[in-house]
Amino acid sequence: MRNNTSFRLFLILCIAPAAILFTIFMAIPTFNVFRMSLYERGAYTPDELFVGLGNFEVLFGDVKFISSMQNTILLIVFVTIFTFFFALIFAAILTREKIRGQNFFRVVFYIPNILSVVVIAGIFSAVYRPENGMLNSTLSMLSGQTVQILWKDQPMVIVSIIIAMVWQAIGYYMVMYMASMSAVPESIYESAGIDGASRTTQFFSITIPLIWANIRTTLTFFIISTINMAFMFVKAMVAKGMADVGLSFMYNQKDAGLYGYSMAAGVVIFVFSFLLSAAVNLVTKRDILEM
Amino acid sequence: MKKNAVSSSNEVLFKIFVYVALISLAVLIIIPVAWVFLASIKQDNEFYGNPWALPLGVYWQNFASAWDSAQMGSYMLNSIIVTALAIILLLIIALPAAYCLARFDFRGRKFLNACFMAGLFINVNYIVVPIFLMMKDGDVFLAKVFGGGFLLNNVFMLAVVYASTALPFTIYLLSGYFATLPHDFEEAAYIDGAGYTRTMASIIFPLAQPSIITIILFNFLGFWNEYIISMTLMSSTKGARTLPVGLLNLLQTQQGRAEYGVLYAGLVLVMLPTLILYICVQKKLTQGMTAGGVKG
Repeated sequence: MRNNTSFRLFLILCIAPAAILFTIFMAIPTFNVFRMSLYERGAYTPDELFVGLGNFEVLFGDVKFISSMQNTILLIVFVTIFTFFFALIFAAILTREKIRGQNFFRVVFYIPNILSVVVIAGIFSAVYRPENGMLNSTLSMLSGQTVQILWKDQPMVIVSIIIAMVWQAIGYYMVMYMASMSAVPESIYESAGIDGASRTTQFFSITIPLIWANIRTTLTFFIISTINMAFMFVKAMVAKGMADVGLSFMYNQKDAGLYGYSMAAGVVIFVFSFLLSAAVNLVTKRDILEM
Repeated sequence: MKKNAVSSSNEVLFKIFVYVALISLAVLIIIPVAWVFLASIKQDNEFYGNPWALPLGVYWQNFASAWDSAQMGSYMLNSIIVTALAIILLLIIALPAAYCLARFDFRGRKFLNACFMAGLFINVNYIVVPIFLMMKDGDVFLAKVFGGGFLLNNVFMLAVVYASTALPFTIYLLSGYFATLPHDFEEAAYIDGAGYTRTMASIIFPLAQPSIITIILFNFLGFWNEYIISMTLMSSTKGARTLPVGLLNLLQTQQGRAEYGVLYAGLVLVMLPTLILYICVQKKLTQGMTAGGVKG
């Protein structure tokens, strides 16, 4: 290193802005989530009162919070199953088969991923409208009688959210798996084909095991991201109070001015998502196959 | 021979099944999006009939109403300012930091790298409430001292928050790239008498152009579409709004008033820029995605 002081100055000038912004807008707020969960704070004054684990005690007895967590789990399970099922199958079709217009399908399937959740909520409000909605009118046409399902009401609202979330996520994960599937060498499939292995056998005994490491990472990320996306969909798509997920419960408490209580919910959801992804990571552990 | 005939007819059936599946999914994605485009030029009374009817004429008035009376025009200006400003800030701040963290050895480097890595796992949905409270308290303090707060309901502060929350991923992506470059680049530049800053700005940054384009693309989509932070930090009913939050408001109020045409025109205004960008750069976007790993 040449000039030591000028090098130091250079380093500090380069790193300080990023470090300062990161500290103010990420590190301190994250710390505050945990700290504030132990306090009670009034809506109009910044005065705080230490209540220990009091917020958590109330939280675990709160029926609304319990049901919002049940909805969260329901969404995680079904959105994950449907998204991974379709994403893997379509990725396998588009990489393994000679398809006319392969590029067209790839481009179209990815479209929902670039739309804002608010836009998707708007699109699905037209799909789900009880009278003259796209879905009900199609069902009416097919069944020959007037169908008037209230899609955004209980009990269908969770199903509606699942459909919208899967619609949004398939393309993104499909493109991701297409990349890892195309890295599987053609020669493996050729020798399997000579041995008489069917497409289904090839899919389950070659494709899936060879991209398992990728599936595992994406699964962990998908669970965390579903908890967040569920919040964004509920906030944009569903009338307030119709169906809540964990994070939307947290946000509603903030709107009500119960800041400490809201952050206690945030801590519980955070710990829940962390434990769940750790558990999934553990359960899906397999010996990695070399290509 | 007979066996061959069976397997080739199976083959045909399989091909048909594959195309039916592919076309069904494509239809399920294209139809709702295309429907919104068609609906945006319908008159309000057309929405009471068959939803699959084509528009009777082209009713541009919807767009004019969305732009003016629903204020989508001014929201769009806000969105453009916030997105552009946040991307510029992000690049100015993340590029030098990522460069130093990836290429120099100094005390505290490991700690800083670990911090930014940990930042990858912090989701804004959790910390949006503390950020809001911090800025609210800041405004109260500023009002006491200077007679007016400027932290909440401010497009510039929103851009700063956007840039800050995008820092960990951007630094992760960039330092991953910088770490792969051979050190010969810098050594040659130093021998020629270039200083640290000049070496970084005119030798290294141009090399990182593909990564920079990926970052701009992803963050454009992220910032343009974002609404949770924007909704929380720009909550004043009279204050400025970004496009998605304005649209969300339209979504919640216009349906009661049955002004569907304006609503769908607003939807088109929000998604058109992202769709155009996507069509232009779709190849780059899907490639960059697999290079950048998973989103949180």
